[in-house]
Formats: sequence, C-alpha cells, structure tokens
Amino acid sequence: MSPSSATDTAKVDAPAQPTSRFVMGNVACAEGALAVGCRFFAGYPITPSSEVMTTMANRLPEEGGVFVQMEDEIASISALLGASWTGAKAMTATSGPGFSLMMEGFGYGAFTETPLVVVNIQRAGPCTGQATHIGSGDVLQVRYGSHGDILPIALSPWSVQEMYDLTIRAFNLAERYRVPVFLMSDEGVGHLRESVVYHSDFTVTNRLRGGPQDEPFDTVEPDGVPPMPRFGDGAKLLVTGSTHDGRGFRRIDHPDVHDRLVRRLVDKLEHQTDDIVRVERYHLEDAEVAVIAYGFTARAAWAAVERLRERGVRAGLLRLQTLWPFPAREIAALGSTVKRLLMPELNLGQLVLPARAATHTEVVSLTQVNGLAISPTTIMERLEAIR
Amino acid sequence: MILDDIRQYLRPGLAQTTFCAGCGHGLILGALLRAIDAEKLDMSKTVFVSGIGCAAWIPSPHIDADTLHTLHGRAVAYATGVKLANPELTVIVVSGDGDLSSIGGNHLIHAARRGVDLTVLCANNQIYGMTGGQTACTTPLGAFTSTAPKGNVHRPFDLVELVRAAGSAYAARWPVSRPIEMTRAIRHALQRPGFSMVECISPCPTHYGRMNKQGSIREIHAAMDQNCITPDQAAELTRAERLQRIVVGEWIDE
Ligand SMILES: Cc1ncc(C[n+]2csc(CCOP(=O)(O)OP(=O)(O)O)c2C)c(N)n1
Ligand code: SF4
Ligand SMILES: [Mg+2]
Repeated sequence: MSPSSATDTAKVDAPAQPTSRFVMGNVACAEGALAVGCRFFAGYPITPSSEVMTTMANRLPEEGGVFVQMEDEIASISALLGASWTGAKAMTATSGPGFSLMMEGFGYGAFTETPLVVVNIQRAGPCTGQATHIGSGDVLQVRYGSHGDILPIALSPWSVQEMYDLTIRAFNLAERYRVPVFLMSDEGVGHLRESVVYHSDFTVTNRLRGGPQDEPFDTVEPDGVPPMPRFGDGAKLLVTGSTHDGRGFRRIDHPDVHDRLVRRLVDKLEHQTDDIVRVERYHLEDAEVAVIAYGFTARAAWAAVERLRERGVRAGLLRLQTLWPFPAREIAALGSTVKRLLMPELNLGQLVLPARAATHTEVVSLTQVNGLAISPTTIMERLEAIR
Repeated sequence: MILDDIRQYLRPGLAQTTFCAGCGHGLILGALLRAIDAEKLDMSKTVFVSGIGCAAWIPSPHIDADTLHTLHGRAVAYATGVKLANPELTVIVVSGDGDLSSIGGNHLIHAARRGVDLTVLCANNQIYGMTGGQTACTTPLGAFTSTAPKGNVHRPFDLVELVRAAGSAYAARWPVSRPIEMTRAIRHALQRPGFSMVECISPCPTHYGRMNKQGSIREIHAAMDQNCITPDQAAELTRAERLQRIVVGEWIDE
C-alpha cells in the first residue's frame, strides 16, 4: 500500500488491553498525537479547538514533551517549524481566525519540506463569525490560502475514534512526505463525545535523516522526498524559504531551479494519491443516487442514506476521509455508476467545485451556513427530489 | 588578510557577501564570529536563525553551521521552537531592526518576557534596507526615507529599553565603528543564560546614507562614533534628545 521501504517504520507493541474511553473529539486528537510520538506543541487559545491545547498542556510534560503557549498563531506555527527542524514531531491546533494567521507559515512548511501537523477545528466563518458553532468554510483555504502553488495533505475525521486514528495518520504522512498535514475537523466532531479506543495497533513512520552524501532539498527523481537531517547533528543545514538548490543555497535568479522545486513539491504528493487518498463507500454497489460528504456532515448523510434504504430507495454515500489531494478518481468512478450526486456542505459550496470538475455526472450542491449541523432529514429530502 | 582569524567559520565556496560596499552588516558578521571564536562555541551545536532582510543574510548562508532563514519577522518565534525542542543547542538570532522590532516586535518582547535562552543580534540600520529605504520603527525623527520624503514624523523605539522592560537578562548597544566593544558585548550575551539582545548600530550607505546626505563611509563611521554617549550622559538628556543619540553600553538584569 505505502512506500514504507523509503521510510523507517516501527511497530508499536500492542498492550494487553486497549483502553476504551468516553471522551470529546478534541481530547482524542491530543491522545492520538501523543501515541504516535508528538513531543512538541505550541498554540494559542481559540474556540472550538482549545481542548486540544489544554489536553496537551497536561499530558505532554508527562510524556517528556514540550508544551508552550505562544503569543499568537503566527508564533505558534513558527515555533513548530523551528521545533520540527530540531527533530521533534510537532503539532498545533486552531480554528478559523488562527488558521488564517498561519497561512504564511504553511507555505514555509511546504517549501522547506518541514513535517508538522495542524489541527483545524472549523467553526462558522467568515471573520470571527459564530465562534462556538460548526462550519467547514476552510476546506478551500487549506488548499489555496498560502500564496504560490503548493499542495497540502488534508484529512477529515467524522468520529471521535477518527480524531485519534487520523491524527496518528496525519503524523505518519507528514513524516513520510516531509510536509505539513492538516486535520480539517469541525466543531461537531471536535466537541462530540463518544467511545474511543486508544489502541496501539498502528505503525509509526519516522522521517529519514540521511547521510552526508544526501542533499536535504532535492532528489534524483523529479517527484521524490529527500531525507531530512536535524539541527545539532553537524549537517550544517541551510534552511530557507527562498528558492533553493538541493543543498539549500538560495538560487533566486535561476528559472530552472525554481520550476523544478515548485513542481517536485506538488508532484511528490500528486503521484502518491494511491497511498494518501482514502474514501469510504456505503451502499454504493447498486446506488442510483449518492451523497458525497465529509466531516460531521457525513454522519447526517449516512443516516439519510440508511433511512432511504429502509424505504427501498437505492441511495449511497461516498465519505471523503482525505480532502487533499482531492479524491477526483474516486468521484469520477462513482459518477459513472449513478444518475446524480449530492454534496451537502457547511459552506456555500466549496468542495463541490473540484467534485464537478472530476465527473460529467451532475453534482447538486446543498449548502448551509447558519452555524447548525445539516440534518439527515434535509439531506434525505434533497436526495429524494433529485433521484 | 583581515578574515584569516575567522575564515574557518565561513561556509566554504562563498566568494563574497551580497552586502553593498560600506554596509555595516559584514562588520557585525565579523564581530559575531570573533565572539564565537573567543567563546569556543561548538559550531555543530549552534543554530543561527534569521528573518528576512539584508541583515537576515548575515548568518545565511555565510556561517558554516545550521542556519534557519525564516519568514519576515518570525525569527525569534522559530528560534523559540528550536531552543525548547533541544535545550542543548546554542541558538543565536541575527536579523534586522525592521524584522525584529516592527513586524516581529511581538515575538521579541514575548521571548524576552519568557526568558528563553536566546542571543539576539539586532542589526539596526534605522531603515528597511532590502526593500529600498522605507521608514522603520527605528528611524530617527526628521530623517529622510523613501516613505518619509519630508522627514520622519514618528518617534523611534529605544530597543534596549523595550527588551529590558519586557524582562531581558542582558541588553547592549554598540555601533559597528566600535567592533571591540561589540564583540565583547556579544560574548557577554552568549555567556548570559536567558534572553539577551545586542543592538548593533549598522550603517546603510545605499539608502539611509544617500537619502540623508551622510557622505562617505569614513564620514558615516566618524559621525556615528561621535554620536555615541554613555548612559550617564544620557541621563542628563530628555527622551527626545536621547533618541537622537546612540546610548552605548551594557544593561544587565541582576
Ligand atoms: C510579510 C512580509 N512583508 C514584507 C516583506 C518585504 N520585506 C523584505 S525585507 C523587508 C525589510 C527588512 O528590513 P530590516 O529587517 O530592517 O533589514 P535590512 O534590510 O534593513 O537589513 C521587508 C519589508 C516580506 N518579505 N514579508
Ligand atoms: S541596502 Fe543597505 S542594508 Fe542592504 S546591503 Fe546595501 S547597504 Fe547594507
Ligand atoms: Mg534595517
């Protein structure tokens, strides 16, 4: 499944009895980070993400890690970038306004190939918006918000268990591909309380450090992931957010160097969608209409599909667990088997845009931006209307 | 050759710096490397962090050690992450006045407040050099810049007072025309645990010098030197008068 030969992976010993808890999604996220080896957290308080930070403030020191509350979100992402180059697995958690402030730092992370994890517990924007209410208005911002061409990895959990599991996966992807990875959750899942098992049934991916002969910023292949040394090991690293060659020297006047770098950083992910992109399919085998959904909204979509099935309607659900790179191939395949698609979103129709570009089948957009979750009934009625 | 004592600290293969003729930033590099030599710092355990600007190029790529050339204003916040993630490392920030005290001013005062063990060198040329000589938060009242064609009307920061008020363990200020004192101050800053800052007054002949008709680099250095006063002399002056002078010395938090 994954090019694990390229990366140093280790199996975690399974404890005798995995612990089952009844906790909030944000808490499970923090525990997932700790389980996979996160040892640095920098953050700034913001609703509805703060429980990730407060859990880390309590738990990280117990695990021998470093917690620091910074002066703002720009400082938080900056501290993560510094800590990651020092060898730490690092994470922050934020929401709308804080996410906007971090944009320049995301570009730095992508361009310097710095692994880290950013959790966005999305709330109803724009601006300060409805701070305590659900939204998913940042799913295009994570893709296009930082200037220039960069491609992020963004994951979308729909349960408390996935807040744990996908945080672990986010770190593993960050380490494997040397990129910032975004856990694009929402207030619904972040504040949801349900049962979660803090299991150890996963492998841990650690970045390769390489040797003196390796270039830390280029590879022989035009879409490779170079090894990443860390500060303090004598590598005499030249890390810069300016256009750089394989050794890290600024090459700001070389068209070829810039072109190769920008393309490699996108291609190293776009050529690995088999590994990165994951979706879940419910009742799609014989479906005539289907919902495409992600995050908390996917729970309502699932309930709507189940109820319609009870009434004999051939409805199905494609749940996007990876948002970026976009699951275009999966949507194209689905489009060729159903009459119509419905995409409910807690924004004015954001991921419906790449979905429509992926298939010739009509994708109907169902939007809601009132700070409330979309109900199963709303989705059910629209599905009935378009089938 | 002037460089012979510090050549070992320079990254091999670099023919020259990118600084203009007469720029003070190269002298700060020299003072820093001589301080490092005197302190016998282990260069494999020392990380140099800078922001964006001419001054941010002082360590990157010139110094043959781990260098982190970050975003405009963010050097101190990145450095905080480096130091906290591995306290064994010596972390030295070198950046400009605009970078550290304008766009990055909040990180500067908060790092001083937290007392993170960093040594910060602020190369203060009282202007934005790299972007073409615009007003900085350190530009003296009345000075001409490309965004203050009739003279600057806003008071500058006193950066030493700023970081001291925020809790710095050590602060010092010297112009590049006093390299021996500047080198000694950098040594003291390196020796001192906690947050230290050395403000290095550095001419930008290309922009500040030209727009303010400062003359040759020899004249600029002479004028800079004559403008220096001690803290005792400064105590006799009003704040407005003080801000037109260079108050040199060391301020240690006991
Ligand atoms: C966010 C952002 N805003 C603006 C700039 C443009 N910029 C580059 S260098 C610089 C000023 C640097 O001034 P200073 O730190 O004093 O360094 P100097 O060049 O004077 O040594 C500015 C404004 C930038 N790179 N990033
Ligand atoms: S523009 Fe000014 S600060 Fe920049 S290198 Fe030239 S003299 Fe130095
Ligand atoms: Mg300047």
